Amino acid sequence: MAFWIASSPHSHIKNKTSALMRLVMYATVPGILAQWYFFGWGNIIHILLAMTTAIAAEFIVLSLRKHQIKDQVLDGSALLTAVLIGVSLPALAPWWISVIGAVFAIVVVKQLYGGLGHNPFNPAMAAYVMLLISFPVQMTLWQPPTSLMQIQLSFGDTLATIFTGFTSEGYSVEQLRTHIDGFTMATPLDTLKTNLTVGLTVIESMNSPVIGDNFGIGWEWVNAGFLLGGLFLIVKKAIDWTTPASFLASLFICSLIAFLISPDSSASTMFHWFNGACMLGAFFILTDPVSGATSTKGRIIIGLLAGLLVYLIRKFGGYPDAVAFSVLLCNMAAPLIDQYTRPRTYGHQSGDKS
Amino acid sequence: MKLNPEYKDLAWQGLWKNNPGLVQLLGLCPLLAVTSTVTNALGLGLATLFVLVCSNATVSLIRHWVPKEIRIPIFVLIIAAFVTCVQLLMNAFTYDLYKSLGIFLPLIVTNCAIIGRAEAYASKNPLKQASFDGLMMGIGFMLVLLTLGVVREVLGQGTIFDGANLLLGEWATVLRIEVFQFDSQFLLAVLPPGAFIAMGFLIALKNYIDTKVAERQPNVEQQSIERVRVNFDAQ
Repeated sequence: MAFWIASSPHSHIKNKTSALMRLVMYATVPGILAQWYFFGWGNIIHILLAMTTAIAAEFIVLSLRKHQIKDQVLDGSALLTAVLIGVSLPALAPWWISVIGAVFAIVVVKQLYGGLGHNPFNPAMAAYVMLLISFPVQMTLWQPPTSLMQIQLSFGDTLATIFTGFTSEGYSVEQLRTHIDGFTMATPLDTLKTNLTVGLTVIESMNSPVIGDNFGIGWEWVNAGFLLGGLFLIVKKAIDWTTPASFLASLFICSLIAFLISPDSSASTMFHWFNGACMLGAFFILTDPVSGATSTKGRIIIGLLAGLLVYLIRKFGGYPDAVAFSVLLCNMAAPLIDQYTRPRTYGHQSGDKS
Repeated sequence: MKLNPEYKDLAWQGLWKNNPGLVQLLGLCPLLAVTSTVTNALGLGLATLFVLVCSNATVSLIRHWVPKEIRIPIFVLIIAAFVTCVQLLMNAFTYDLYKSLGIFLPLIVTNCAIIGRAEAYASKNPLKQASFDGLMMGIGFMLVLLTLGVVREVLGQGTIFDGANLLLGEWATVLRIEVFQFDSQFLLAVLPPGAFIAMGFLIALKNYIDTKVAERQPNVEQQSIERVRVNFDAQ
């Protein structure tokens, strides 16, 4: 009688890629719901647009590459990329922003490098950075929370704004973004950055209407939603807890040090945690198994590095938020970090070169 | 007129098979930095073409008297002399273009495509072939510059030949073609990363055409002499 001899691992969780991708997409739902509640329909429309484009782009490229179209189009990775792009775009950006972003993410960042599992950069964030650098005006059309807008947008109005630039009553995006007192509203991070450059303190900036009672109307709940979804993913063991934990710890420590040194010019730790793309980046972007580091030690280093970079760019850089940039920089560093954090194999001395 | 097969081969090598931009990937720095508009690309392409022809001719003329050990410094000196001529000429006659090309005009000295041709071809071949090789390589390089310039200018600004009057004189303003109107520039195409991406697509296109052509070629039956192989080692 012959035994079938195979090397470890001997038991597998027979999950397919599509099941994991679906799980991650479900986990984005709380965050998207919060976005819908506070910022209206814009992001959902962008997500749908990006999904359609991503599937079409994936289909075209895969048929050009003569791959198995059915399995790979439906494995959900393109859809997840599209969801992440749609979530991170400004709600009132024109329609071609999400179309160009999805095409770039799928065709250039993912498929040209060899498809799923071969891309050195996170496709969604690479597309976001490409859009931000190429179309700075459209990519900063952040919509203020609906409770502060003097013109309420229905679904049809949002759709019309995204496709034509005007609502059905003829209001332009700039008018929509104007506060009842006549100034254009920005995101909390943007407001803080502008206020600090004109000489206001952080305490004074916190009185701004977009910031509200806590850290930013809407933004705190969107981040809380993504935090919830992320915790769900950790419980389901879809992602490892080390990357988000080290990222959040790093951001916390950096902002705490700055806050203790000069509280007038540095925002509080929780302001940094619950603003911008912080939680989305921590749980959904940095944990990308393809473009991140693979060993546990490497993941901790990536998280620490990303937190430091986010803080440095938010505080000293030209852009108000920095998750996309720091994710790309960490993606570049990941192979090197992997090289130096190889775990010891059983039976070998650590540091044994042979 | 019957073309000498040697010249034909030189032209084929310079324009397509061994194109300095697409195949040798030499001189990428100016290639990527200044091709944001067609005018810039054409200006730099013409300057490089001129320098390449002149330096190839000169190197070929003096090839018997150049000591092998110090040939590279001599080649660089020759190239630098011609680049200085071009730079002063452009400063005098096309001042605006000279300003928009900036540092990349004097940097033609360090363009590996030029010193590569001087070293690899001109220093071993007679004057006529060497100059012709310089001309073909220069045209090949200029065509790549122009293609990149067209792609990036159309994507970035929606125009072709914007500012051609800077290079060609006042009459050239009519060359400006507005392909389509943008509300906003596509900045990626104007910035250097866009040049890298466009360059990658160009190289992919060239390789694609090459494989298609190779597939079209009828398979030439290799005439081989059948021999009985006796292999004692094999069991």
